Amino acid sequence: MASIGISGVRKSYAQFPVLHGVDLEIADGEFVVLVGPSGCGKSTLLRMIAGLEDITEGDISIAGTRVNDLDPKDRDIAMVFQSYALYPHMNVAGNMSYSLRLRRTAKDKIAGIVTAAARKLGLDPLMERRPRALSGGQRQRVAMGRAIVRQPKAFLFDEPLSNLDARLREQMRGEIKKLHQDLGATSIYVTHDQIEAMTLADRIVAMNAGLIQQVGTPLELYDRPANLFVAGFIGSPGMNVLTGRYEGQTADIARLVLDHGPAIPLGRAYPLTDGTPVSLGIRPEHLELSPAGGAGLAARIELVEPTGFGTILHLVTPGTSSIALKGFTLDRAAAGASREVSLGFPPERLHLFVEEKRVEPAS
Amino acid sequence: MRRKRLLPTALHRLAILAYIAFALFPLYWLLKVSVTPNDLLYSEGVRLWPSHMTLDHFAFVLKHSDFPRFFQNSLIVSGSTAAIVTALASTSGYALSRFEFRAKYLIVALMLLTQMFPLVMLVAPIFKMLTPLKLTNSLAGLTLVYVAFNVPFATFLMQSFFDGIPKDLEEAAMIDGATRFKAFRQIILPLTLPGIAATLGFVFTAAWSELLFSLMLISGNQSATFPVGLLSFVSKFSVDFGQMMAAGVLALIPACLFFLLIQRYLVQGLTAGAVKG
Ligand SMILES: Nc1ncnc2c1ncn2[C@@H]1O[C@H](COP(=O)(O)OP(=O)(O)OP(=O)(O)O)[C@@H](O)[C@H]1O
Ligand SMILES: [Mg+2]
Repeated sequence: MASIGISGVRKSYAQFPVLHGVDLEIADGEFVVLVGPSGCGKSTLLRMIAGLEDITEGDISIAGTRVNDLDPKDRDIAMVFQSYALYPHMNVAGNMSYSLRLRRTAKDKIAGIVTAAARKLGLDPLMERRPRALSGGQRQRVAMGRAIVRQPKAFLFDEPLSNLDARLREQMRGEIKKLHQDLGATSIYVTHDQIEAMTLADRIVAMNAGLIQQVGTPLELYDRPANLFVAGFIGSPGMNVLTGRYEGQTADIARLVLDHGPAIPLGRAYPLTDGTPVSLGIRPEHLELSPAGGAGLAARIELVEPTGFGTILHLVTPGTSSIALKGFTLDRAAAGASREVSLGFPPERLHLFVEEKRVEPAS
Repeated sequence: MRRKRLLPTALHRLAILAYIAFALFPLYWLLKVSVTPNDLLYSEGVRLWPSHMTLDHFAFVLKHSDFPRFFQNSLIVSGSTAAIVTALASTSGYALSRFEFRAKYLIVALMLLTQMFPLVMLVAPIFKMLTPLKLTNSLAGLTLVYVAFNVPFATFLMQSFFDGIPKDLEEAAMIDGATRFKAFRQIILPLTLPGIAATLGFVFTAAWSELLFSLMLISGNQSATFPVGLLSFVSKFSVDFGQMMAAGVLALIPACLFFLLIQRYLVQGLTAGAVKG
């Protein structure tokens, strides 16, 4: 177990920059999840930590030691690949014990460790099988087993669950969380999956276009996204964003005049001059639906998507320059009752962004 | 439905059969002539099988000709050529498949260039090069030439096999604690056995049947290989077909044995299950 330090790390593939300076400190035993759109450099960063890619600029350290020039084998980390990368010519036991055999661990000791790991992962009856005779979920488990047999300084996961179906993914997610609780190993986990990120992470690192956008606990990113990118990326369905101009210098008159006319009272004053262009964000589940004719923004329900758990509503405001919003409600009746609704924007649920960046209310 | 597909299937099978018959007929004829007694060879006309058989030609070739020596020479030259070329091609093919280095495309272009010249053009310069090195008239010299000519193609062949093996596998091995070479030897090579077998087989047969350089670089029977030896059955006045064909049949044996030995590695699909799927 060890801490990992990343400072000023850049990466270019033949003049083409991919990472533009990444700084991140990961504490001993922490579970950090990297999220971001495809191509933003998550895998690249992970592979640089593993030693599979050269570091163009900056330093990476593991347990306080600079590892830039160390081979992967000397970094003492374990990695679970999206493809699992099991050795096809070795059986499950062979796959799991390979790293120990390379370290010339005593035979009986290897057997003990591998058996224990196999039991933990429910692989005992499969030890003699070759990877091609395993299901996707079983292969995934073997890949995990291969990582946990030796106690590495850190675990790296590159979308380990993305090839599994939804049900299995949910189950493995739980098992990974449990493994982390048992082993307490420093882990870096790359995923596209919102729920994996929210449920597994001690801290989430949101990346975009080779830059870290925000680092924080899952709820910090959810409740106080630092910029429009994070606001839109975290949460599903995504946050609604309306654009307009800020007006009013005191809490009782502060409001946002939407580009197409109506105004939304903000309930709090913000340190902005009148007329500043701002983006207003509100999560679908925070929109308050009331019968048409109320004080809020008039809208019409265009489409209803029941998820079983709740209902996603597609809303449009009337008029020529109508805007589309999404709502989410647990009240099944609300969705069916009426097509015309009035939308309330509770002030404490609003996020204001100026030039993409979050603005906090003046206190 | 079934009836409709019957005709195309039958035609397909027939076409394959016709092809096989066409391809194997010379071999059949080789065998037939080798067991035909000399007195029947011209007297019986064209027949599919002689009215009686003899093994005299085989006995003569084995006991009274230089053939066993040619045979041994060919085995040495072809075997070592196949081994050396495959070892070189495995490593260079791996490098081309996995590494980016500065002169990579220049090297590939040069290797392709070597494949473009008709070999006849190169006989004289190569003879000139090998003479001061005392490598003419020697099996080592011949092996050297064969290796040089076979490495480029074998390299491309091996590269294509390495390209088919996911990079993740050796990366996983390196993270597990292997050096790159160990990952190559313990993880990648075992998965490339079909490729290695194919390369061995290809190079072995190419060297086994090579005539031009063997004829030009070797003089005398001491170091001659068997294709050259076959020519010795052609004398000024006649061709001893029976003995020549018997020698030919014998020459097929090592090639057949060799393929028998490696055929189980030629079966593909060893990498199945490595990555998702
Ligand atoms: N070997 C390479 N040569 C050139 N460019 C590369 C190479 N590998 C990756 N890239 C580029 O680097 C960028 C980041 O790639 P990376 O694989 O890290 O993305 P990612 O965030 O993991 O995406 P995904 O979520 O799709 O896996 C991409 O734009 C990609 O095209
Ligand atoms: Mg990736």
